[in-house]
Amino acid sequence: MTLVFSLFLLTMLVIVAVAIVNSVNLFSAVMLSGIFSLLMAVNFFVLDAADVALTEAAVGAGVATVLFLGALALTGEREQERPPAQWLPLVIATATGGLLIYATFGNPVLGDPQAPIHLHVAPWYLENTPRLIDIPNVVTAILGSFRGFDTLGEVFVVFTAGIGVLSILGVRHTLVEITATELDARQRSLRHHLIPRVVGRGMVPFILLFALYVQFHGEYSPGGGFQAGAIAAASIILYSLLEGDDRGRELVPEWLLRLMLAGGAFLFGAVGVVCMLLGGNFLDYDVLSSVPSEGQHLGLLLIELGVGITVSGVLLTVFHAFARRASR
Amino acid sequence: MAATLDLISFAMLTLGGFCVFVGGVGVLRMPDLYTRMHAASVTDTAGMGLVIAGLLLQAGWSLALVKLLTVFVFLYVTSPTAAYALANAALLSGHEPEDVEDRTGAGP
Repeated sequence: MTLVFSLFLLTMLVIVAVAIVNSVNLFSAVMLSGIFSLLMAVNFFVLDAADVALTEAAVGAGVATVLFLGALALTGEREQERPPAQWLPLVIATATGGLLIYATFGNPVLGDPQAPIHLHVAPWYLENTPRLIDIPNVVTAILGSFRGFDTLGEVFVVFTAGIGVLSILGVRHTLVEITATELDARQRSLRHHLIPRVVGRGMVPFILLFALYVQFHGEYSPGGGFQAGAIAAASIILYSLLEGDDRGRELVPEWLLRLMLAGGAFLFGAVGVVCMLLGGNFLDYDVLSSVPSEGQHLGLLLIELGVGITVSGVLLTVFHAFARRASR
Repeated sequence: MAATLDLISFAMLTLGGFCVFVGGVGVLRMPDLYTRMHAASVTDTAGMGLVIAGLLLQAGWSLALVKLLTVFVFLYVTSPTAAYALANAALLSGHEPEDVEDRTGAGP
């Protein structure tokens, strides 16, 4: 049954991918990429990677689609004239694809217990997580504690991406005095659509609540800072779409966004430094409490919070940067 | 008792699946956007409702029941809103409903 479902999903993925490449209308390409992300999320879920599925659904299908649409508002809806077919790229792409397909024959079968990945460090993590970290979700234990350095790096990658978008789309902006009617005319919001507004505004608090649940329940169930940050950002973006970008910026002002952008990454790093000051290694949470496993809990809670704050800060910053350019 | 519940549940799931199928056929076969949306609404309402009701009977009194009910309420509120927004956007961007009479050739 799972095999049939997987085959169906993968076939759909290929079809959607071909459709994305073929579509000349960029708007439909964006919508198709949202569908691609949702299919991918289901695929991850079938593979028991619930944490990844949650991220893919929130970022890929939710936030990324809105950001693409923001970019489209700045450019145009149709693709440029295509250059005539070029043979060299086709040959290279075909050769690479063929090589990759050939390489898959060397892969272990899906779910094979003798696959190398199940024989290396994974058994050690599964065996020692209950003793060393004492939380049920091994993914969070690996991500936050065993491989905390990698996650710190990821947070700084996200942080750098946010800075990059800010520096390209412009931090400076001139404030122009305009009247209320002009402002309304410029709004690309749904403010005059009553039904989506009322329903959407009703959804916002529940989405935020779900984000908090995903954030603070990440040690027990799928979830954590990355997912929660994306979901929280999605709820604020929904509010901004419904009420207009200016009201969204009133809700989460710019100084707060900057603070979130840097503050989350800072919190993550600071936890590591505090660990060093207390006599442990960098990001060695054992020393944060008299009982090592409680120290791990505290450390994980704090670093996940840092991850969530930075991720939502970056996503909101990028969204506002696009929206402000579009409404000019 | 359990067998009866299973039977009702299977019937609901099958009927729900049929409604989803009907919606899919309708989306492919209907002539213009508005009639297509009308067909797709069969999936959103009857299909979704029946499938979730069937799953509720399978779930029994558990956490899954609460989650399914939440999903039901969420979809029940959002899918009509999405349909409204889609139809409204289509109308505003100049999509006039097609005159189906002319297409069938039944007119004078």
